[in-house]
Formats: sequence, structure tokens, C-alpha cells
Amino acid sequence: MSVESLKCKECGATYELGASYACENCFGPLEVTYDYSELDAAGAKRRIQAGSQGIWRYDDFLPFTARPKDPLEPGLTPLVRADRLAERLGLDAEIWVKNDAANPTHSFKDRVVAVAVAKALELGFKTVACASTGNLANAVAAHAAAAGLESYVLVPANLEEQKLLATGIYGTNLVGVRGNYDDVNRLCTQLAETRPWAFVNVNLRPYYAEGSKTLAYETAEQLGWELPDRVVCPIASGSLFTKVARGFQEWTDLGLIAGEQPVFNGAQARGCSPVATAFAEGWDVCKPQKPETIAKSLAIGDPADGPYALEQARNSGGAIDSVDDDEIRAGIRLLAETTGIFTETAGGVTVGVLAKLAERGEIGAGERVVLYITGEGLKTLDATRDSFQMHEIDPDLDSFESAFEHQEVAA
Amino acid sequence: MAVTVKIPTQLRAATNGDSEVEVSGSTVGEVLDAVFDAHGDLRERITQDGDLRRFVNVYVSGEDIRFQQGLDTAVGESDEVTILPAVAGG
Repeated sequence: MSVESLKCKECGATYELGASYACENCFGPLEVTYDYSELDAAGAKRRIQAGSQGIWRYDDFLPFTARPKDPLEPGLTPLVRADRLAERLGLDAEIWVKNDAANPTHSFKDRVVAVAVAKALELGFKTVACASTGNLANAVAAHAAAAGLESYVLVPANLEEQKLLATGIYGTNLVGVRGNYDDVNRLCTQLAETRPWAFVNVNLRPYYAEGSKTLAYETAEQLGWELPDRVVCPIASGSLFTKVARGFQEWTDLGLIAGEQPVFNGAQARGCSPVATAFAEGWDVCKPQKPETIAKSLAIGDPADGPYALEQARNSGGAIDSVDDDEIRAGIRLLAETTGIFTETAGGVTVGVLAKLAERGEIGAGERVVLYITGEGLKTLDATRDSFQMHEIDPDLDSFESAFEHQEVAA
Repeated sequence: MAVTVKIPTQLRAATNGDSEVEVSGSTVGEVLDAVFDAHGDLRERITQDGDLRRFVNVYVSGEDIRFQQGLDTAVGESDEVTILPAVAGG
């Protein structure tokens, strides 16, 4: 419990721990800093192992002075060894899937929202809000309901129906904006100036983003306090990508884990790939794009942490790749067939990029690779439509036999 | 020609607390220069070497100027120029 201040990532100016997110000197993003001088690694590990069965087991590394109450505690999702996926891709490597669909609202956004809502309560807010591409909408509506807070959830009006339904049910004020995510985000940035609300990914963003570090902590703990060699992680705003890196680095600096930092591979959809494009072009900032992709949860054309995601990929010896809509659908199918995990389009992007790395021969023999699967397939059902055939038959044996007469029957 | 420029909370210490500034200019660059003439502190906060800093977004009537002609984007009489931090979202 060693949270210290907010600090500008660009110019280093420091601020008190309030609801602010942009530096007054240079507009750079503010990030939470901690004073870990009193922390000893062995004691921290013991507290983690004796802690709760979710993200709050890592409360030493989260921005609070006392552990918050959290009725919907997310985290400790399965890390699954995916040998059949490796085999299908022709890899002689250890592939692990971090299945973050196994969270209360079925995406990694529960982690960041749990932290942001706890901070909103601590700061005395009565209403929480967000700009969302869908998963965040589900999480904010649910965690607000659990905490007894009012909520306003702003999304592009053309979102997948499943994501709208799984948001409205919690009794939130659901607002469909006629525009893309970047329009919604601009509107929320403007609303945050006049409304006394906690916008989880605007004025509470420094705290919210810290929640993503728990994905790195869990990965290291579940690997037996070891680092992976490589991670493949989707990029929308770039916040998850950079915070997973920060999580591994923090624990290494503090001596909870040891070794080389992982190579970071970022995954974007071709139809919204400002960060992958900047990586390929050698730019250090992203040129914004108008998204056109089935991976709507990654459809951020103007990614706030784009410059830092680029730095992270380059400094770690990684890359940022993009895949098209067909490759996304194939990725969803491949993961489902080889692991039994049904992911949404963002997961299809991540698997698609893994396949691309395998094809390029970038993954070495024996490498330990962690794939971050951030959301649930039931939320983007359209992407799977017509990808297989159902056998419709009459209820008698002959109909069954004739439906499968050309197929060898497994014993 | 009078154009309204919306000043975000983080910059209002440099505008004596004003949330809007009225200036004249026919492009975003001219409009911003006029704002800097009135409030000198703002120049360094949002620009560096003559360009916008990397976490500053500028919109003309809701449209990001990077989808238009950047600082050369034309500004008309009824347009509103909005400056916002680019560090939200996701």
C-alpha cells in the first residue's frame, strides 16, 4: 500500500492523487507512482499467496491506501497450456492462453473498472461513466450496479447487439452516439469538464489503467513466479499493452521475479491499425484512422497510448502486426478448435497475429509465449455466423446415418 | 472574423480561468497564434517547435484537424475550435 502521486509521463510534473489525467504543462498523460522503498519481495509474495482469489491479492501494487470492498472481484482467470494450438501452427514452443473472458462481465475490462470504481467511491463520486467500444460498457454498468452508483455509458450506436444488451440490463443510462469510438471519446472528454462524474477512462484513467498490471502479475504467478519469453497482446488504445509491460518490469525491479523482460508483440485489426501502421513506417506517433473492422472492441482510430505502445514493442525487440477480417474469423475458429476457448473478435486478432509470427518463423523452439485473450465469443456472434454447418435431420436412425454416411465415425 | 476557441480545464490557469476565447483568424494556425497573443503562457503548453505537442488534439466543429489540413485547416465564422488532451479513452 505505497501509492504516492500522479506524475506526467512526458515532463515529470507531479500532482496530487485526485481525479485528473492530463498534465497542465504539456498535456502528457498522468500515471500513478508508488514508493516501494519499504516493500520486501518475500513479504509481498506471502501476502499475495494468502490474499483474495482475484485482483485484490495484488493490492500492494494498486493505487489505494486500504483494500477496497469489491463485490464483483475479477481476476485469477485461467492460464491454459495450448499444445494443440502450437501443433496446428507448427510451433515447437510453449504456448499459453490467458483466458480473460473468465471475468464477471467476460472481458479484461473488469480489472480496470474494479480499480476505477473503487477509486470513484474513495473520491466520493456518486456517478460513474465511460466512453466504450463495448466491453468497457458491460463492465462499467455491472460494477456501478454492484456498488450502488449511477452510471452513464456512451458507445457508438452501431455496436454489436450482444454488447448493447449486456450493458442495458444493469440499469445504466445507455447512450448510443451516432459516430465512431473517437467521436464518443471526444464527447466524453468534453462532458468530463462539466459533469461531476467519474469517467473511468477519462478523469480516472491513471487509476483505471493500473488495473491492467494485474494481468502481468497473474501471468508471472501462474507460471511459478517466472517471466514468459514473449507475449502477444491486442492493442486498441495501447493502455493494456503498456501496463502489462509495466507490471512485469515492476515485479522484476522489486525482486519478485527475475530474468529478461518478455518480447512484446502487439495485435491490431487491419481495418483499424494506426499503431501497426506507425510501427511499420517507423513513426513515433500514430496517424489517426477511421475504423472499418469487425473487431469493434479494438476500433480506436486515435489511440491515446499509441506512442508508448510503439516504444514498448521496439524496446522489447517485438513488433506490432495487423490481420484482416478473414484472418480474425480464422483466429477465433482456430482457438476454439484447439483449446475449447471461444473468444470474441479481439481474440481472433491476437490468435491471427500469433499465426503470422509462426509463419514468419519468429517464434523460437522452446519459447514460452503467452497469448492474452481479452474477451468472450458470445459477445460477437456475428463473426462466427456461417462458419460451420448444422446437420438438420428427422428424429430417426436412418436420417442420422444418411447425414453422416460419408464421415468416418470415431469409436 | 470572430472564432470561438474552447479552452480545456487543464489550460485555464493560463487564460485567467476563461473557458472560451474569442479571436480572429481563417486557419487553425492563425486562430491559435491569436490565442497565444492574448495568453502567452499557452504557446509553450500546447506547442513545441511550432507544432502541436503529441498529446494535444484540436477539432474544428467536432472534426479532428489531422483528418483535414492540420494547422492549415480553414476555420469559418460559425466554426468552433476545441482544444482537448489526447490522453483519454481505451
